[in-house]
Amino acid sequence: MIHLPIVKAVDRKFEANPEEAPKEDIREAVLQLEKEGEWEVSRVPEPYMEVKTKYGRSKKIPVQKTWHHKSCGQCGHIPGYSTSIFWLNRAFGLDYHDPTDQTSCTAWNYYASATSNPEAQAAVAMRNFAAAAETGYFPIIHCGTSFGHYKEVRHALVHQPELRRKVKKILEKLGKKLVMPEEIVHYSEWVLAMRNRIAERQVLDMSMITATVHPACHYHKLVEDDAVYDSEIYGAQRTAIITSTLQALGIKVGDYSTWYDCCGFGFRHILVSRDFSRSFSVQRKIEVMMEEVNPDITVTHDTGCVTTLDQSQFAGKAHGKKVGLPVLSDSQIAALAMGAHPYKVLQMHWHNTDNTRFLEKLGIDHAKMWAEFEAEADKIRRGEKQFLTWEDAAK
Amino acid sequence: MAAKNTLDLSMNKYADVPYEEKERLFEEMKADHRWNHVLYGCYECGICVAACPSARFYDFSPRVIAQAAAREDVDLVYTLMNDSVWDCSQCFSCDRCPRQNSPGQIITVMREVAVKNGLKTAKEALEGYGRIIYKIMSTGTQVSPDMLQPNAFPDWGGHVKDISDNLDVWRKALPPETLHTTETGWQITDKTIIELYLIWHMTGVMKLIEGVDEGLFMILVDVMEERLEEAGYDNISFD
Ligand code: SF4
Ligand code: SF4
Repeated sequence: MIHLPIVKAVDRKFEANPEEAPKEDIREAVLQLEKEGEWEVSRVPEPYMEVKTKYGRSKKIPVQKTWHHKSCGQCGHIPGYSTSIFWLNRAFGLDYHDPTDQTSCTAWNYYASATSNPEAQAAVAMRNFAAAAETGYFPIIHCGTSFGHYKEVRHALVHQPELRRKVKKILEKLGKKLVMPEEIVHYSEWVLAMRNRIAERQVLDMSMITATVHPACHYHKLVEDDAVYDSEIYGAQRTAIITSTLQALGIKVGDYSTWYDCCGFGFRHILVSRDFSRSFSVQRKIEVMMEEVNPDITVTHDTGCVTTLDQSQFAGKAHGKKVGLPVLSDSQIAALAMGAHPYKVLQMHWHNTDNTRFLEKLGIDHAKMWAEFEAEADKIRRGEKQFLTWEDAAK
Repeated sequence: MAAKNTLDLSMNKYADVPYEEKERLFEEMKADHRWNHVLYGCYECGICVAACPSARFYDFSPRVIAQAAAREDVDLVYTLMNDSVWDCSQCFSCDRCPRQNSPGQIITVMREVAVKNGLKTAKEALEGYGRIIYKIMSTGTQVSPDMLQPNAFPDWGGHVKDISDNLDVWRKALPPETLHTTETGWQITDKTIIELYLIWHMTGVMKLIEGVDEGLFMILVDVMEERLEEAGYDNISFD
């Protein structure tokens, strides 16, 4: 592969003017449809935080009263990802709801196999939003794909009265109302908006850490106008997501030439054609990061990206590739900075690539921490306790 | 990253499929309500290809797909619908198209038409995928902890065995109460799953599955009927 010199993206700052945005602000149409009696709009609970999106518009981010739309891939295979999100909420004493009346968005399957249709996809989304509204909590989406997909669904529902009518009818049969949230919020936007509060509570110095960042395709490429941008981060020439959070924690973020590339997840590929996922992830992402930045960690904010970038390195190693880069989510890094346990909270043993050197660099005695986790696990094995509780995790 | 197979664009491969049939499928694509928002023409600039991960690995090009669709080249579209669309990663990196196309979404529509019409190549592409469809449609979560088995992910190394050996205990060692599950990503109420089944029925997804994988369809019907009956939905109309 030819490595081109990196032209720093910070030379010029872009201050976007929302008046000159090339695209409609779909949220206005969402509110207009409420006025016309087409649906209800659930409001971001006050007081909220605000961030700027690509064209300089303000986006409201709830502080609390959040309904956590979980991710099947996170909960199923990298559960420390979601656990860290909840841990952060608890550490700040925030009111949140972890629902059992929630299905997956089912978009992973849709993008992988096409065994669904827009009507079903919209009905699944609106069933979840209605379930959130019934609790009085506001949806916050853990998965990048669910986030992107729900925004596509919002667009379709706004612009297709016929689809709206059909979905409304389906929800009526389920005894549910058609409720569209005022904003569609990704958890990493919440982490970003909370970054200074997180930094105030930081107990672990991270200034010796260099990271690379992989922004998820379905976060900043799909419905691109809704991603967070900040003129202080890359001069607003690309999304500020994750980078802004890491910098607030004192982490150096290194730039690399394939930052825009996807991780290689591919939806169907990660399940049934992993030769593609492995090759792409190792050769276009991990090796490039290693050669150009040689970071201690790479941080991302989506289920598929953590999975692909982390799991693919095992085969890369077997092929003698330059790998060995731990992969974590921004929620895990933020929780770690605030003193969360690497195994009881971050659950780093579910990750594949060796992350002990990263922990050592932070001065964390991982052997001792693992022994602490194992002691709890043994109690569960022996039947002395049923579960590891939040109180146990705090010890 | 070596390309896998060369894409045969000679048009010989599907010469025996009547033009009318190919045209019918093309018309079905065009009738999709997304069509006019995902294809506006094509400059043939290749910007989409530059951003496309699948183009680096396969003999695959979003430009060729957008072009063929924009020129309404019915034969070529049919070939691509069979032999190319399943290589796409659905990452939507190609949404940077200066013509405002979304080649990735053109492909979503093409895949849906291929599945809906039970194309042999679509069935082949979905082989080995049935258990995933079963999981999402019957449980409401797509991937579950118990899928992490060494024989399913041999290329992920020994750590998958560690997880599967310790699965029950490690799930119980998760502080959030909703995550103690092994067969679903998180704990889901019966009512929620039943609502999901009703959505699959009411939106024609069950019919779609019947066309593409009859065995899977029958298993799903069994599982769902039992649950729906238990919940008192035995006489529900799905229209
Ligand atoms: S689809 Fe768009 S980006 Fe691709 S070649 Fe055509 S005009 Fe260029
Ligand atoms: S969505 Fe498909 S065609 Fe578009 S860039 Fe991604 S892999 Fe390529």
